[in-house]
Amino acid sequence: MTALIELKSVEKHYGDYHALRGIDLEIRAGEFFSLLGPSGCGKTTLLRTIAGLEEVSSGTIRIDGRDMKGVAANHRPTNMVFQSYAVFPHLSVAENVGFGLRRDPRSKVEKARAVEQALEMVGLGGYGKRRAHALSGGQRQRVALARALILEPKVLLLDEPLSALDRLMREQMQLELMRLQRQVGITFILVTHDQEEALVMSDRIAVMFDGQIGQLADPETLYRKPANRRVAQFIGKMNFLPGRMLDQRGAIEVAGLGRAELAPEQALPAGGEITVGLRPETLAILFDGDTAPRRETRGTVAEVVYYGDMTYYEVRVDGIDRPLTVSMKNLIGRPVLEVGATTRLAWDERALVLLTA
Amino acid sequence: MGLGNFTKSEGGRAAMLLAPPFFYALALLALPILAVVLFSFWTQDFMTIDTSFTLANYREFFDKPIYTVLLGRSLMVSGIVTLVTVVLAFPVAYFLSFHVRPERKSLWLFLITIPFWTSYLIRVFLWKVILGYNGVINSGLIGAGIIDEPLSFILYNVNAVIITLAHAFAPFAILPIFVALEKIDRSLIEASRDLGETRLTTFFRVTLPLSMPGLVAAVLIVFIPTIGDYVTPELMGGAGGKLIANMIQTQFLQLNNAPMGAAIAIVAMICVTAIALAFVMLNRRWLRGRG
Amino acid sequence: MKGLPLRVYAILYLLFLYAPIALLPLFAFNDATIIAFPLKGFTTHWFGDLAGNAALRQAVGNSLFIAAMTAIFATLLGICAARAGAMARFPGKGGILGFVMLPLVLPEIIVAVSLLIVMRQVLGLNLSNWTVIAAHVLICTPFSIAILNGAFQNLDPSIEEAAMDLGESRLSAFRLVTLPLVMPGIVSSMLIAFTISLDEFIIAFFLTGANPTMPVYIWGLLRFPAQLPVVMALGTILVTLSVVLLVIAELFRRRGLARAGIKDTGGFL
Ligand SMILES: Nc1ncnc2c1ncn2[C@@H]1O[C@H](COP(=O)(O)OP(=O)(O)OP(=O)(O)O)[C@@H](O)[C@H]1O
Ligand SMILES: [Mg+2]
Repeated sequence: MTALIELKSVEKHYGDYHALRGIDLEIRAGEFFSLLGPSGCGKTTLLRTIAGLEEVSSGTIRIDGRDMKGVAANHRPTNMVFQSYAVFPHLSVAENVGFGLRRDPRSKVEKARAVEQALEMVGLGGYGKRRAHALSGGQRQRVALARALILEPKVLLLDEPLSALDRLMREQMQLELMRLQRQVGITFILVTHDQEEALVMSDRIAVMFDGQIGQLADPETLYRKPANRRVAQFIGKMNFLPGRMLDQRGAIEVAGLGRAELAPEQALPAGGEITVGLRPETLAILFDGDTAPRRETRGTVAEVVYYGDMTYYEVRVDGIDRPLTVSMKNLIGRPVLEVGATTRLAWDERALVLLTA
Repeated sequence: MGLGNFTKSEGGRAAMLLAPPFFYALALLALPILAVVLFSFWTQDFMTIDTSFTLANYREFFDKPIYTVLLGRSLMVSGIVTLVTVVLAFPVAYFLSFHVRPERKSLWLFLITIPFWTSYLIRVFLWKVILGYNGVINSGLIGAGIIDEPLSFILYNVNAVIITLAHAFAPFAILPIFVALEKIDRSLIEASRDLGETRLTTFFRVTLPLSMPGLVAAVLIVFIPTIGDYVTPELMGGAGGKLIANMIQTQFLQLNNAPMGAAIAIVAMICVTAIALAFVMLNRRWLRGRG
Repeated sequence: MKGLPLRVYAILYLLFLYAPIALLPLFAFNDATIIAFPLKGFTTHWFGDLAGNAALRQAVGNSLFIAAMTAIFATLLGICAARAGAMARFPGKGGILGFVMLPLVLPEIIVAVSLLIVMRQVLGLNLSNWTVIAAHVLICTPFSIAILNGAFQNLDPSIEEAAMDLGESRLSAFRLVTLPLVMPGIVSSMLIAFTISLDEFIIAFFLTGANPTMPVYIWGLLRFPAQLPVVMALGTILVTLSVVLLVIAELFRRRGLARAGIKDTGGFL
């Protein structure tokens, strides 16, 4: 598959502030792509440079093979759903959705039909006559979506479209956006700071820090094999343990856990001190009658956080400064331990992730 | 490079937009004031202007007591008017901000601003009707049997000027104080009560200090323009109630002595600016860190 | 009730504000040349005198022309400044905006005197309606800016970007989206500038040409006791007119807020 959008060493300066630092990126046609990162890392800036609302300081952006240098927002094959939705408050819903059709040669009737179709697509059929400023947040968002999709752009840019919605609404809209994307086949680029949202929705995710891309991968790779400590920390929960290389075939010594063999496909550093990661769900507290684990150690429960479906334990293990976080499903008949209880802890060396930096 | 590039940055476009109002103010405000400064160093020689540099106008200003007396009286009148206006206005602004329901506020503001927009000349003249020999007050008091002879000390003197100006500038004082009070986060007041202050001490320790920016703005916005008013003293002040603005007006329009008028205007403006700046400096500690 | 003394005080204060104006209609319809109590009887002939006064008609015409021109130019300059104010910063922006607002805190006589010197002595122009307009635009622009600032700053900046993203050029985005949204602000700015200019005397007295403006004409009338009832009649009409204009301006301002979907927080300025 060829790249629909191609960014080559894109830089953006705001005065002294270096907002984008050498972004290289290829986004494929039809992909659901997410830009994920903490607040202020430059996600919106990157999206706006693609939309043409912000000029790059240097570097090139190509869309569909065409260099976008000097092409204004209104001439780019992209459309945007703004973080504030930017629904025109002085127009009706239908006028909002039909806003971009002003120069469309179709007849009035055909345009009206297109508008109604777009509204139906986002679940707002029959809302055309409403005034835009009287809509709820979720409805505004759908108007913004319909308004962009009706123009059939090559790329739809969405800047944190779900962050202003409550949780239930957000989860519903996540599914709906995914359905829409599959239905229209347009490339979606979604900006979000919510890792769960990115994992759920995207084909691929670029994790950004300080104007740079920390890792670009599909959700599963990102979760299982984070490239570095920062990515690992940002996506999901991760225990970090100091360790030492023993040889060049993957034998290591992990503090508190002992000797282990790293999974063979991991790239190995030259040697010396290392950091390894262990996800909380790969650790388990052993209750009587559980089957014997591959590896086992002992610890003391230092903290219990009850989540309903899950319980998170902080377990202190000799030889490790910070207690390990362990997540346990609250299965029927499984007790919740108290602080201070000593317990057996199961772990699996296949879950160890070697982290650079 | 060049203009095309300049308009690409948003800052550049903002600068281009700001250019027309800026150059307008430059051409019709800054340059003319420079011209006034220049004129004040020249002299009027019957119909022509003698453009040799001289301090004669300023010397005359400080030699003849009439000018300094007028200036002193002007500053005093403006000072009193400011004090009276702001003190009278504060409770109204406070009432508006704290005791009027939000949806009624704009109605109240509207009622307060309306008199301000009605013909200034006629408003001043009406005070003459109220305070005059056969005016509302005198006929009222005589009718009520409180006095036999009309009071004469209420018109054609400085008091009348002060009353009229205080009336004219009332909305100017209320609005900035109201805006400052509106900006005060109500939870600050609740916090103060929660920390043990009474309603009164809360007012003095929290509300008043936080409303200082509005008070300072109100003082300036009343004090400065009142210096430049010659209508009220002319109509209400009589012989003993004339102010420095009347002198400027006379120099320019009756005596046709623009350089002298310019010198008076410059001295008056310097005094006003100095007082205003000193006032702001004195209140600096209240203004810091706030818009 | 809490705050009752304050409420009483505020109402007394309003009475104080309105006291002089309340007298206007009394004397405008009073059948006596002398403006004093007791009232004599009802008449409308002062209004008739007004209508028949050619000099006054001319003065009113001048003032209306000046006020209309002032409203247009001050609002145009105000739009430029207010829009720039809502846009990105650039070096010196704050200072320039402050400078443009300066006439608001300058004694009017200084403006009058400095413009008189420039127009007459430096440029050697004859005083005319246009000299008054130039000065009125200067003092009205800060008011326009203050009103329009509200309109422009309430706008979501991404609204205009959204229009551009949907295919409009910068100019048509402004025309199709921003302009309709700030239109109520523009109307109320024009009405305010119009009202200020119509009433302005201190500067007009210095800069008016051979044909006086209405306030300058009224000033002349005030010296002739026989003319005072006519002035009262004129004043009554002016007050009514101002109130009507202000009510319209206020309605437009509110409509603007409603359109932008914002809760009302206060009056002008
Ligand atoms: N117009 C601008 N002028 C100056 N600095 C800017 C401008 N726009 C953004 N920045 C700065 O660039 C950095 C990146 O901003 P950006 O809006 O891209 O962040 P973001 O990743 O979208 O964050 P958030 O999740 O908070 O929306 C921020 O530090 C911001 O302050
Ligand atoms: Mg953002």
